[in-house]
Amino acid sequence: MSSSSDAKTTPKITAQVVAKVAHLARLDLTEAELALMTTQLTGMLDHFGDIDKLDLSAVIPMAQPFPIKNVYREDVVVPGLDRQEVLDNAPVPQDGRFRVPPSNGSES
Amino acid sequence: MTSKFVSVVDIVGSIRAGKTTASDVLEQHLARIDSRETEIHAFNHIMAESARANAASIDADLKAGNDRGPLAGVPIALKDNMCTRGVPTTCSSKILQGWKPPYDATVVTRLQHAGAVIVGKTNLDEFAMGSSTENSAFGPTRNPLDTSRVPGGSSGGSAAAVAAGFAAASLGSDTGGSIRQPAALCGVVGVKPTYGMVSRQGLVAFASSLDQIGPFTHTVADAALLMEVIGGHDPLDSTSLDQPMPSLTAVLGQGVKGMRIGRLADMPDGCEPEVLARLDAAFAALKAAGATIVDIALPSLSYCLTAYYLVAPAEASSNLARYDGVRYGLRVESADLISMYGATRAAGFGAEVKRRIMLGTYALSAGYYDAYYGKALKVRRLIANDFAAAYQSCDVILTPTSPTVAFPIGEKTSDPLTMYLCDIFTIPTNLAGHAAMSVPFGTGAHSMPVGVQILAPALGEPTMFRVAAELERAS
Repeated sequence: MSSSSDAKTTPKITAQVVAKVAHLARLDLTEAELALMTTQLTGMLDHFGDIDKLDLSAVIPMAQPFPIKNVYREDVVVPGLDRQEVLDNAPVPQDGRFRVPPSNGSES
Repeated sequence: MTSKFVSVVDIVGSIRAGKTTASDVLEQHLARIDSRETEIHAFNHIMAESARANAASIDADLKAGNDRGPLAGVPIALKDNMCTRGVPTTCSSKILQGWKPPYDATVVTRLQHAGAVIVGKTNLDEFAMGSSTENSAFGPTRNPLDTSRVPGGSSGGSAAAVAAGFAAASLGSDTGGSIRQPAALCGVVGVKPTYGMVSRQGLVAFASSLDQIGPFTHTVADAALLMEVIGGHDPLDSTSLDQPMPSLTAVLGQGVKGMRIGRLADMPDGCEPEVLARLDAAFAALKAAGATIVDIALPSLSYCLTAYYLVAPAEASSNLARYDGVRYGLRVESADLISMYGATRAAGFGAEVKRRIMLGTYALSAGYYDAYYGKALKVRRLIANDFAAAYQSCDVILTPTSPTVAFPIGEKTSDPLTMYLCDIFTIPTNLAGHAAMSVPFGTGAHSMPVGVQILAPALGEPTMFRVAAELERAS
């Protein structure tokens, strides 16, 4: 299933890389989770190295099954979501808005 | 295989003929839920009260001579990743526990207009990521045919709800096989429509270029009827195909005479012999009914797993960025915004979801994008090209739906890659955006059901349903 020769052409994943990706993904991982994730991602990426042997230089990437063009609706006013119904789902609503902690880390 | 439960078509007919009522039909299903749900755990949320009110209103309307639509009085279950206004929608995740959507998914609105009675929200692998329904934050669903085994996934609750007679039909979502594989493992019919045929508006997104909603039913005719109700253009989904829904119920009796059925010349390793024997029997049945069997090749098939497990997590990592503890769902309070995000997501997501977010974020991150995501998109093109070439010489392709019958709970949870290999036959369809369905076709090892998968090109549903109906007649 895995192939060590393929791994040479794909970037290696390290605990440092996993920690950086966890930060990018805004996921606080424990040390144990980081270690497990490093092992599991390494295993998967080794397996995924199978596509390295394909010559893909002339292949056009396919991000969607069918061509997509922007779709506009008629410019008419339609009812939106009920404001109170939306705010009822918020963890901390306040004065008709969503309250969040300060972005700079100190309470104003 | 004949189901011991009454089909959607028969329920509709009996209610219309006045032989039974929507309320009576509902009570029969609720009684089965009462007797077995504790053991099966098909549901995250049972809607007995609102279902009873809906059934009573339908009965009153029908008594007064009003038409309540093609599904009047049919009890239907919904996978718990479809928005239901004011009713909890969790995606089987702690991060959405308690969330009540402020709107209905388009499929929910269409079912209600057609007179369906929604009985509950079914369990799934968290955010539809899994092949066994063991990744639910609220515990696994068990296969009604053998409760020591999984029902498949990710729409395991929806498959189990139909197989156990808790609902006459249900809806699931299929990103890499999440309708077809559980349908096969539970012995019911499951359809993954052409991408864009059924609206995704109000389906909580996993991988937007792959996700499609489709039905689980006891019979092929039921699936055709459900498709006609939920399918068709929706201006609220920008990827919805802007064309009329083809009639499927009308083609079921047309047979397969003269049709060309594709057979993989190189079958991937890992299939149980009993599964392959059932596939051979399916080819023989179609041949006996007048079809021709044609050998075809999908040279890129073995690379699909890699393409899928890079594309789907990449899209998921982007889609799941919205769960940040600000507007809905769980929040873990913290001193500043960034640490609130990280703590909330760490507490709210389960292991498999975290693994896919990490994989997807990595595949999309600077320095790795070309090596992984970029390459995966090119492999996706290769499989689409393979299909285009294959469909030059055949009308549909038959494969197993799953390489194995339902496996014991816990057997594959320790190694994510082993679990991913369950999806080898179902993934290519999603990558290409094509149609496919699973039809029960006898039993394999441990007397568990085997599903045969029919693959068809985009918008090939009418042909696909003709083949499905023929297989059903032969099974």
